[in-house]
Amino acid sequence: MGSGIKDTSYDTLYESFKERIEQLKRLPKMDEDNSIDKVIKENGFSRRDFMKWAGAMTAMLSLPSTFTPLMADAIKVADRLPIIWLHMAECTGCSESLLRSANPTIDSLIFDYISLEYHETLMAAAGWQAEHNLESAIEKYKGRYILMVEGGIPTGNEGSFLTIGGHAKKGKDIALEASEHSAAIFAIGTCSSFGGVQAAVPNPTGAVGLSEVTHKTVINVPGCPPSEKNIVGTLLHYLLYGTLPALDAYNRPKWAYKNRIHDLCERRGHFDAGEFVEQFGDDGAKEGYCLYKVGCKGPYTFNNCSKNKFNQGTSWPVQVGFGCMGCSEPDFWDTMGTVNEPLSDKLYDTPFGGLGADATADKIGLTLLTATAVGIAAHAAISTIKNPKE
Amino acid sequence: MNTNSTENDKEIKSKESKLSSKTKRVVVDPITRIEGHLRAEVIVGDDGIVQDAFVSSTLWRGLEVIAKGRDPRNVPLIMQRICGVCTYSHYLKSTIAVEDALGIKIPLNAELVRTLMNAALFFHDHVVHFYHLHGVDWVDIVSALSADEKKASELAFKYTNSPIGTGVNELKKVKETVAKFAKHPQGLGPFANAYWGHGTYKFTPEQNLIALSHYLKALEMQRVAAQLLAIFGGKQPHPQSLVVGGVTCVMDILDPSRMGEYLTKYKKMAEFVKNAYVADIKMAAEMYRDEVSVVKPVGVKNFMAFRDFMVGRDEYLFDSGYITDGDLSKVFDINEDLITEEATHSWYADDEPLHPYDGKTNPNYTGFVDGKSIGLDGKEIDSKLIDPKGKYSWIKSPRYDGKPMEVGPLACLLVSYARGNKLVKDSVNGFLKETNLPVEALFTTLGRTAARALQCEIIADNAIKAFNNLIENLKVDQDTCAIYAVDKDKEYKGRGIGDVPRGMLSHWIRIKNGVCENYQAVVPSTWNASPEDANGIKGPYEADLVGLKILDITQPLEIIRIIHSYDPCIACAVHVMDTKGNKLSEYKVDPLYGGACSI
Repeated sequence: MGSGIKDTSYDTLYESFKERIEQLKRLPKMDEDNSIDKVIKENGFSRRDFMKWAGAMTAMLSLPSTFTPLMADAIKVADRLPIIWLHMAECTGCSESLLRSANPTIDSLIFDYISLEYHETLMAAAGWQAEHNLESAIEKYKGRYILMVEGGIPTGNEGSFLTIGGHAKKGKDIALEASEHSAAIFAIGTCSSFGGVQAAVPNPTGAVGLSEVTHKTVINVPGCPPSEKNIVGTLLHYLLYGTLPALDAYNRPKWAYKNRIHDLCERRGHFDAGEFVEQFGDDGAKEGYCLYKVGCKGPYTFNNCSKNKFNQGTSWPVQVGFGCMGCSEPDFWDTMGTVNEPLSDKLYDTPFGGLGADATADKIGLTLLTATAVGIAAHAAISTIKNPKE
Repeated sequence: MNTNSTENDKEIKSKESKLSSKTKRVVVDPITRIEGHLRAEVIVGDDGIVQDAFVSSTLWRGLEVIAKGRDPRNVPLIMQRICGVCTYSHYLKSTIAVEDALGIKIPLNAELVRTLMNAALFFHDHVVHFYHLHGVDWVDIVSALSADEKKASELAFKYTNSPIGTGVNELKKVKETVAKFAKHPQGLGPFANAYWGHGTYKFTPEQNLIALSHYLKALEMQRVAAQLLAIFGGKQPHPQSLVVGGVTCVMDILDPSRMGEYLTKYKKMAEFVKNAYVADIKMAAEMYRDEVSVVKPVGVKNFMAFRDFMVGRDEYLFDSGYITDGDLSKVFDINEDLITEEATHSWYADDEPLHPYDGKTNPNYTGFVDGKSIGLDGKEIDSKLIDPKGKYSWIKSPRYDGKPMEVGPLACLLVSYARGNKLVKDSVNGFLKETNLPVEALFTTLGRTAARALQCEIIADNAIKAFNNLIENLKVDQDTCAIYAVDKDKEYKGRGIGDVPRGMLSHWIRIKNGVCENYQAVVPSTWNASPEDANGIKGPYEADLVGLKILDITQPLEIIRIIHSYDPCIACAVHVMDTKGNKLSEYKVDPLYGGACSI
């Protein structure tokens, strides 16, 4: 997207978005008594706040600012699309930042507004009721709901490490069935994208990402947790385009994950100048030097944290001097090496390297790390090639 | 099944005789408004009194298994993923465990910054717990709709001199907002609760409206508390600024504007804690003092806590120790060697009590049994039930010298009180005096909920010492991280223990060949939600439920209120496995990994 498209192309795009919003408008609302204007107002945000937000989202999706009113219209019809949200093997961190009303930002409010199906499932009192609700939602909205999944899918022991509901249905089967009839699938967080922490070696429950169990295309929105902007942005993109976004090699939307943390890092200048923190707390650390040598995985990690930060822009792991740990990359727990050491060193000086006397070290070791290096190189190459889906 | 000793059989028979046709089984599953999956099952007599109770966690996690064989510096970040709510607690104690093992003493600045982050977590956790998880057990939202705003506005001054969010116009707005929620009982999250109008709600409509206004205000305050943690933590959930040896946020603590930002947000939180949270607790103390279900004496009267909250060199806000039988006149030192976990009624094969350093985890899932329980309409329906004779929970039974212990803010305050800790004594005595409650009232559900608020107030009043000491210390010392080396030929073991928002938390690590050899976490909710042990002694949740009178068995608000008062965090188990009603016989987990499976 972006640079190659001429202004006239934007006109066409604008018209197609408008048409799509009109189409969605004709669908019945999920809740007649609700509207985004109401939700925003009731939570103390002004119209101006809302438009500011819409402007930011427009920029995020690499669209010109003239699209801002359209973005505001798009979110208004968001409640025409039913959402089913499934919990697999997870820590609730993804829901936590977004859904618990703990952070009533416009992003999270929108989530409340659109996610009625999810809330029903969440709040239903009994196991069999929840199961029934899910089944009837799938039936009722067949082919038009968006499926969002949080958590890895356990496949070990024939998938019986996760069962839900009074009939003890396997998590894997529930995810499969829900995927089958969905209009689009978003894997929210690193766990549902790639398996996550429970899939780390030795992966006792055989946890995998959702894309491993369904034949349908899964849009991965990884991060531990992912920023709320990336989640809502993915949804907005779908609302506007009605198609899948341009995806990278790991099925992450390119508008959010096309750049490496390193590319837009506030400490990048120090990297280029060869100024590094050698030891946490040293003079370089006080000066805000580059964190590469103390283990920052920003050069290997594709995400927009350096732009968006966390907690309403309060900070992010590079700003607090820790560095990136690569949490939006596949299998980062195993492939990113020791958290406070540079990855390149792992090839020769590492506890995983020759010293490990245990199964884990044997299983990981150099092979996997080399594979990652290849993966990263491949990724870098692929991201410069135009994706056929674009 | 390996619990069939004759003594147990006797125990079982006496239980079965209680299960006469007159008793009814009530299953509350899932218990909502907690983190994670938890089931409570009670046997109720015709008189509505609970004769026996069982609490089961239906989750099992394997993160300790995954920790094994990894670089110790990676382990705290893995442990952090135990839970997105206790997102700093596990990270901190796990980091301390590694530091303890390697014999690292971290710089004072690092200690103090960790305390400042901890204060932010306590503000976040306690405020969220009281208002959004536990609040609606005390506050009847629907009743608030019939309140007189003017009367409510005046009433608010009874509980604090400078009330927050209780101006007449503000209260009017609150009523309007909530009227909408009330129309959608199944709709938007927080207010979806079926128990409105329950006979054990004691607030007047005006009091309900005051608390409700604070509920909404607290939504906003949580965001501030999360930002407060993110200032030095980088993000929340899952902050990322602790390393083995100290903290990384040296730039932030040397930046006056950043420190100013912390101070401003801290004061905002402290004000809310004092003038909304604590004020509402005083209101609850006044109105609920005669509600039997919340002033029933606790079932387990042993309390244990660990020293925490360093605010200056060798200066801590809370003390270590334990008390037994509710006796505040004697306090004992903790001998860490006497902490064990056993699995008589837990889904593990190794029943015998073991110290966390040597803990074994060999899953032995036996599931639930078919039976009948009371459905929503009061009639019996087919259900999967706990088998009291057998194993019934993924939670193990931690014991101290063979005794069950309650941990949490109440335990923290009682132990410090018994130690003669002035801050705590003044706070508790002041509260009892102001509310005219006897000291026995502390040993109740009401006392537990009040203790959490008082703990939060003590932190709000005193954690700022850590801030001032940090500023002072930075003038002469800017160290934030200790330098250390790991000898790969040496074996290490260490633990990180302290009191986190939900109580005493301990992480235990063995390091060999430079990698994690064994890992265990004994989590607060494990102590509190533990099932019966080999001697038939119940853990705090279960013991508290026995003898409880339930007004309406189809609306067991009393059960939920008691369980919530502990602030359960069952999501402290990643959903590695959720076995609700499921039959599993075999696990592909190497028992030799020996990771803990605490909740």
